[in-house]
Amino acid sequence: MNTMLYTFHFYLFGLISIASAVAFVTRKSPVAAALWLVNTMFCLSALYVMLDAQFIGAVQVLVYAGAIMVVFLFVVMLLNLGQASDVSDIRGLGGRLTAGLVGLAMLAELFALSRIRFPQLMSAMSDHANVVNPLSAPLFHEYLLPFEVTSVVLLVAVVGAVVLAKRGPNAS
Amino acid sequence: MIAEALFFSAVLFTIGVVGVLTRRNAIIIFMCVELMLNAVNLSFIALSRLHGSANGQVFVLFVMTIAAAEAAVGLAIIISIFRHHKSVDLRNINLLKG
Amino acid sequence: MLQDLAAAGTHPLADTAARYVGLLPLLPLAGFLVNGALSLIPAYKAGPADPSAAEHGHDDATHAADAHAVAHADEHGAVGHGAVGDDHHETARHKYAGIASVVGPLVLALSFGLAVMIWLAMAGVGDMHTPYVQTFFDWMVTGDLKISWAFQLDQLSMIMVLVITGVGTLIHIFSIGYMRDDPGYPRFFAYLNLFVAFMLVLVLGANYPVLFVGWEGVGLCSYLLIGFWFSEKANADAGKKAFIVNRIGDFGFLIATFLLFANLGTLDFTGVAATASTLGYNSALVTTICLFFFLGCAGKSAQLPLYVWLPDAMAGPTPVSALIHAATMVTAGVYLIARSGVLFAMSPTACITVAVVGTITALFAATIGLKQWDIKKVLAYSTISQLGYMFMGVGAGAYAAGMFHLITHAFFKALLFLGSGSVIFAMHRAYHHTGSHEDAQDMRNMGGLKKYMPVTFVLMWIATLAIAGVPPFSGFFSKDGILGAVFARAQHGALADATWLGMPGSTVLYVLYGLGLLTAFLTAIYMTRMMLYTFHGPNRTGDAAQAHLAEAPWSMTGPLVVLGVLSAAGGWLNLPAALPLGPIGVLEKWLEPVVGAATTAVAGTAGEEMMSTEYALIVVAVAIALIGIVVAVVRLKPAVVVLKRDAVPTHGFEQVLEEKYYVDEIYDDAIVKPLVSGSRNILWAGIDRGIIDSLFVNGSAVLARGFGWVGSQLQSGETGAYAWAIAIGALAVLGAFTFR
Repeated sequence: MNTMLYTFHFYLFGLISIASAVAFVTRKSPVAAALWLVNTMFCLSALYVMLDAQFIGAVQVLVYAGAIMVVFLFVVMLLNLGQASDVSDIRGLGGRLTAGLVGLAMLAELFALSRIRFPQLMSAMSDHANVVNPLSAPLFHEYLLPFEVTSVVLLVAVVGAVVLAKRGPNAS
Repeated sequence: MIAEALFFSAVLFTIGVVGVLTRRNAIIIFMCVELMLNAVNLSFIALSRLHGSANGQVFVLFVMTIAAAEAAVGLAIIISIFRHHKSVDLRNINLLKG
Repeated sequence: MLQDLAAAGTHPLADTAARYVGLLPLLPLAGFLVNGALSLIPAYKAGPADPSAAEHGHDDATHAADAHAVAHADEHGAVGHGAVGDDHHETARHKYAGIASVVGPLVLALSFGLAVMIWLAMAGVGDMHTPYVQTFFDWMVTGDLKISWAFQLDQLSMIMVLVITGVGTLIHIFSIGYMRDDPGYPRFFAYLNLFVAFMLVLVLGANYPVLFVGWEGVGLCSYLLIGFWFSEKANADAGKKAFIVNRIGDFGFLIATFLLFANLGTLDFTGVAATASTLGYNSALVTTICLFFFLGCAGKSAQLPLYVWLPDAMAGPTPVSALIHAATMVTAGVYLIARSGVLFAMSPTACITVAVVGTITALFAATIGLKQWDIKKVLAYSTISQLGYMFMGVGAGAYAAGMFHLITHAFFKALLFLGSGSVIFAMHRAYHHTGSHEDAQDMRNMGGLKKYMPVTFVLMWIATLAIAGVPPFSGFFSKDGILGAVFARAQHGALADATWLGMPGSTVLYVLYGLGLLTAFLTAIYMTRMMLYTFHGPNRTGDAAQAHLAEAPWSMTGPLVVLGVLSAAGGWLNLPAALPLGPIGVLEKWLEPVVGAATTAVAGTAGEEMMSTEYALIVVAVAIALIGIVVAVVRLKPAVVVLKRDAVPTHGFEQVLEEKYYVDEIYDDAIVKPLVSGSRNILWAGIDRGIIDSLFVNGSAVLARGFGWVGSQLQSGETGAYAWAIAIGALAVLGAFTFR
């Protein structure tokens, strides 16, 4: 691969994803925040592709950005929470500072923990023709049980969501 | 590249944590949790690339599935709460008090 | 080591009455318990509560005269004066006073009897070179330190025991009459008994810690007895002052004890005597030890600069002044130095220092005594002065002479105090009969009492002649013994060869001898003055009160007679070689096994003193005394004395003397006020309130509240708080991994 271009794009998408995340966290309006999060996911998807997980990258857009975030937006619209609220729902200055400190501490500890040097990867891992096969092989051999369990989880989730969101006999 | 990817992952995760601690709107908090999950996904992918094995990507698949299930159920709960309190402000959800 | 000596088993005293030595202090202690129990029963006939005073505590000149007058008036006004306004003595007698009258003096008499028996046993044994030590139990055993509670009987402690119990018994009998109508009667005897018990522990102790127990105990009893009538603030203050000033001395004593233990490893007297030579002759160490011991003596025996409590102590009842501040407690310092003779003999510097301080104190106090008007104050300063003589004696290494003066001083000073007690008793009775509020202790209100109190008059003159040093009374022999010893040491011996602050020892000692003579001169003057103003001349008490002046009852005058005989004949205890009127040097020979070695170490093997020098010294001493008496008689006319209430203020040097050189005021401004102000502002406001209260007490409360708040957040029910908890928990887990 063309290292220079590759590196540039890697950093580009990485920084945009971080910037979008920051923007997401600081928006007052839930809708705006959700859209920024969608942007973050797009950038992450790009990163996945650049890291030779093309299938996951595609699935990210389809599932995360396309389904999960849409559900979020549906709920926001349903509950009519779209506008920026008058009462600030961001904690006060002390809370923000302390949260920032906690975050910095966590970041510092994570860096301290990851003191491994990673080798420069030159060769491509998989050939471009077959991106799905390396993924599906473990999925249906080693991880067959978790795969089936996940499907049960999805069923349970669907049922549960319907039950929880249903209006009761005396509709409020 | 792997190191940078892990770096981005850590930063995104931290931003997600800060968001959880700072915001009071339950839906926003939920979305921050999704951000944290995404950061972890990035970590998985990067390390999978490092080790040359596809197990990491399988895991990411599972994470996404569970995230979807969790999102559905969680949002259903939030709708329930909204019906009761008429708001999703975290300050009102304090039935565990005492 | 003590056990070895005693368990060598063959001490000649082991099978005699001496084995009951433990009873000596236990008897007065039992008396204390009984009398103390009696005093706790609130049972007296109608009248004021204890401690209303039969004799009011008298301030010294430091306190404003008007404060005293106010207190005086309050006493009379507030206190039940009896329905008719007459003598309120009748109304205040304690219900159980009879029992206390028996128990108090009886235990003392029993103790005295036992002491005599032990003394007879000791005299019967003849030459006793080792002390008889009886160990009772192990008191402090830890590491290298092993201190037992043990009593030591040797010639020195025997003398002290006899003096204490003997004079003590006489004073107890005197108190029966003197304190008759005091509501605190049993309490008085309780404290007196306790005092005697502690004093006996002091002199009987076989090691420094036991001695110190007695030392502290007598200090405590002194405080209790000085402030006996504590409802008047002046008396309570005097008690406090005595205790606090004594404490400074105690600090010196303790430092010396610590140094001794650190260097010798033992605190028993026998052990110290055996190993003292390892300290090094005239070394800085042994001098330091001796000087710190002397600091203790300066506190207890009222030498410069710690004498200030003794004049104030006159606020206590007169028997207390007689027993504690004349005969026994204040002599504890002299006893201590005699006991530690082996240490002092190793340090000529310390010896000379002790002698110098003693002499200067003697002179200083004598000058103040010249201008005091309160009869008890004159005697107080006289006591300080005579104590100075004693220290001059033991400082010069003449331990036997110092102890001799201690004994004779006990006799004539107790007589003087008890006699003045009789006088005050009579004056008080007279004033109460007339309802007058004059000061019963001021000599300006007395005069011509010889007509009314002839027995007391004669006895007091005997004591005055004794203290002035007129032969053949006891004081002459003891004072001459001391002055002669100082003169001899000035001529040859270890002290004469030593240097003190750059001056040759002999010069210093000659100067001390001269100052001693001067002090004797002044002593004669002020004591004669006291007699003149009290007993001679016209009576100034006032015609109405005069009619009631009379001799005290025989319960009080009896002990005075006994003391008079002792003051007159006591000199025969230690006749000098120059005057062989009887057996020579009995006391010196008796004390020789104990202090002989130290005396020779200091004095050197004295070449025989030339008889002519001896006679010359005697003649000089007697002449000085007689000239002093004559000067006083000629120059101080009792007739010109004015009443206290008409007294004009004095000026110039007279005023300085009358105000005791303003020493109390100086101490107050230089020491007391800065200490109090420092304590109040820095220690209390700053540290106690600011740091300890705010930081530790309140701070710990705040901390607890903080923890509580944190804890309460866990149960607040707020989901956001739970999110915080999760985040912080994750941080902690990560931290554990990071810093593993």
